Amino acid sequence: MVTILRRGTVFIFLIGLFVFFSLSSDRFFQDRNLTNILVQNAHIIIVTVGMSLTMISGGIDLSVGSVAALCGAISAGLMVRNGLPAEVSILLGLALGFVIGAINGALVVFGKLPPFIATLATLGVARGLTLYYTEGRPVSGLTEAYTFWGRGSINDIPTPLIVWLIVVVAFTVMMTRTRFGLHVYAVGGNQETARLAGIPVDRVKILCYALSGMLAALAGVLLTGRVNSAQPQAASGLELEAITAAVLGGVSLFGGVGNIPGGVVGALLVGVLGNGMNLLRVQSYPQQIIQGVVLVSAVAIDMLTKRLESASKRTKSAASR
Amino acid sequence: MSTSSNSSAPLLEMRAIHKSFPGVQALKDVDLIVHPGEILALLGENGAGKSTLMRILDGVFPPDSGQIIWQGQPVNLRSPHDAQAIGISMIHQEIALIPYLDVGKNIYLGREPRGVVPGMIHWRKLYADASEQLARLGLTIDPRTPVRDLSIAQQQMVEVAKALSLDARLIVMDEPTSSLTDTEVETLFAQMRRLKEQGVSIVFISHRLNEIFTVAERVTVLRDGTLVGSKPVRELTQDELIRMMVGRDVADIYMRDEQDAPAVGTSAPILEVRNLTRGDAIEDISFTLNRGEIVGIAGLVGAGRTELAETLFGVHPPTSGEVLLNGTALRLNSPAQAIRQGIALVTEDRKAQGLFLRMSVGTNITMKLLAKLASFGIIPGGKVKRVGSEFVEKLNIRTPSLGQRVRNLSGGNQQKVVIAKWLTLQPRVLILDEPTRGIDVGAKAEIHRLMRALVAQGVGILMISSELPEVLGVTDRVLVMREGRLVAEFNTRQTSQDEIMTAATGAKTSW
Repeated sequence: MVTILRRGTVFIFLIGLFVFFSLSSDRFFQDRNLTNILVQNAHIIIVTVGMSLTMISGGIDLSVGSVAALCGAISAGLMVRNGLPAEVSILLGLALGFVIGAINGALVVFGKLPPFIATLATLGVARGLTLYYTEGRPVSGLTEAYTFWGRGSINDIPTPLIVWLIVVVAFTVMMTRTRFGLHVYAVGGNQETARLAGIPVDRVKILCYALSGMLAALAGVLLTGRVNSAQPQAASGLELEAITAAVLGGVSLFGGVGNIPGGVVGALLVGVLGNGMNLLRVQSYPQQIIQGVVLVSAVAIDMLTKRLESASKRTKSAASR
Repeated sequence: MSTSSNSSAPLLEMRAIHKSFPGVQALKDVDLIVHPGEILALLGENGAGKSTLMRILDGVFPPDSGQIIWQGQPVNLRSPHDAQAIGISMIHQEIALIPYLDVGKNIYLGREPRGVVPGMIHWRKLYADASEQLARLGLTIDPRTPVRDLSIAQQQMVEVAKALSLDARLIVMDEPTSSLTDTEVETLFAQMRRLKEQGVSIVFISHRLNEIFTVAERVTVLRDGTLVGSKPVRELTQDELIRMMVGRDVADIYMRDEQDAPAVGTSAPILEVRNLTRGDAIEDISFTLNRGEIVGIAGLVGAGRTELAETLFGVHPPTSGEVLLNGTALRLNSPAQAIRQGIALVTEDRKAQGLFLRMSVGTNITMKLLAKLASFGIIPGGKVKRVGSEFVEKLNIRTPSLGQRVRNLSGGNQQKVVIAKWLTLQPRVLILDEPTRGIDVGAKAEIHRLMRALVAQGVGILMISSELPEVLGVTDRVLVMREGRLVAEFNTRQTSQDEIMTAATGAKTSW
């Protein structure tokens, strides 16, 4: 019952939203709009993958939005201002995201800071650096080699869709088939047991944050490519969307539970919600309010399932006595 | 088997172990020997030094002095990982598995068989090996079952399987039976004997003496951080063992002081319960508790004893019936109301409901009193300290200071802190729900003595207990509950365990 609740809610929500938006807007259920949803939300999906990773390991990464903006801006700047080739600029951007993430991880592991605080600080610092670097103005003048990643296509399949599919498949394989993936679950499930089993807990955690940072950078590159310029305020509030998506997708705030495909479904739900509200001409301010409400509801459900689980466990063990 | 193993070279020798913590000498010159294929019981009251000794063996912290000799070689254990590597595995009371992962993953965590591609796991091998380890224990659990779907007993077995997969030669089990049913305990003992046949040694920590006589071959007893002795179990009687443990005669433990006992029924009633009903949890309960009397409430788990206590304490208001305290009707709509009227409830689960584990002894004791002590919302440190020390002394709570965090105390002393907290309010009726569960014999005796002292001052005590010897040893009268109803009442001096059990189970004939 509880598992059905956990796994089922997000699909019920998603179907419900589909039905609702299809009925209330005749433009929603059209091929073009549905493709749009899959393309426009690429950055949310990719960041949600990283968020799921840090959350499963028992942490959280609030810095994803600013890291996406910073790495987008710097990769754009490296190309436009320093004349580096697009591919090199993008790879350096991803590397920067990886390093910032690793710093987050080091703050958590060696600085013994709560992940919430460490990544909140990074959220502020990265946004500040973005504003400093861009002087508050968009970085534009990107070539097609760069924007290809955000708005191009291969054989009529939009590049962002291909990119996020690859990311999702790769990280799903990583989480389900590799030792590292298993160790992430173990660290999030019970850190002491993991340590005792000889798992390099510190390294696992740092790598989770580093990968989350790198995925945030990738999201930043796609976003920059899509809007054809690096906006200093890009991706602000992305952490809210990603956490909402991950929790909706069944990733537990308490660590140890969840999977990547679940997070992706959650991200699509957040995306459909945004898309539908746009079609219904809901203004952007109320949209944020609704997103906040969805996050609170998702977390409340997560907490509730957790309580139900322990309650059903208690009755079970009482019955066996 | 046991005689031949005892003559062989020891598997483990801990020699002259000393360990002190700030303010406490935890272990003084303690020796421990374990032979191959032996089940050794380690016994001692809470605070006797068992867990300190085992944590040294597990490499959690080093001894101040002394030697650990493993298979004839001195070893230096700096972490549980070191201990595991040479073949020492600990199974703690709190299960240390990862609940959301399945059995196979838990067993081979950190040692996953590698697949062809680097970094990948050879899942088929992992589950096959896990099945094999489980089969060694005669278990038929599917290794793909998530651990959280298993019973506590099964989870313990998974821990044993994990230890075996690490080639453990010595497994330390810290009170493994404390949350098991009788059948599960039987199964566990069968497993322990099976391990012994396979040459694995076991150190078994338990408070339940009958279990030690059932399963262990030898027992090592600690008291106050020193070694009392180590003897084959068959050379000991239960009484001798208790004497070794507590350092005094067993007769003291459940012996009441006859002079103190009031003549039943002659004192004035303090609490009168009339036709009390709450939903179908408790139905039509009527009884009287006299001033200076201890009344036991016996019954099986689920008979409605805790529900009765909660109703009297206002946790759930009754649906009908009335309760009189000194002749005045009580209103029982909330615990706060019940407290104001002079009723106190020491709940069953002291850690979850009775204590702030991270706060100090002093704060915990004076918690209920703060509203009275504080003026203008400011807590007077001096008064808090005075009241705290008074109760620490009165109840003989063993703590280095008032500032000590409660979670660092032994179970018996934690329970005394809970009781002290309620006593600060000078209740007229004290309800104790399983007051001595999980605490050792010595602390039990102290809590019983305390109960006697309280009733001598005119308090009435209702005690819920599942331990019939305790009920018989401490109370004046016994009420027996079954399926939410009061089914029998006995004068403690004229009843027996059999009679109470028959009433509690509803068995027609004696069994």
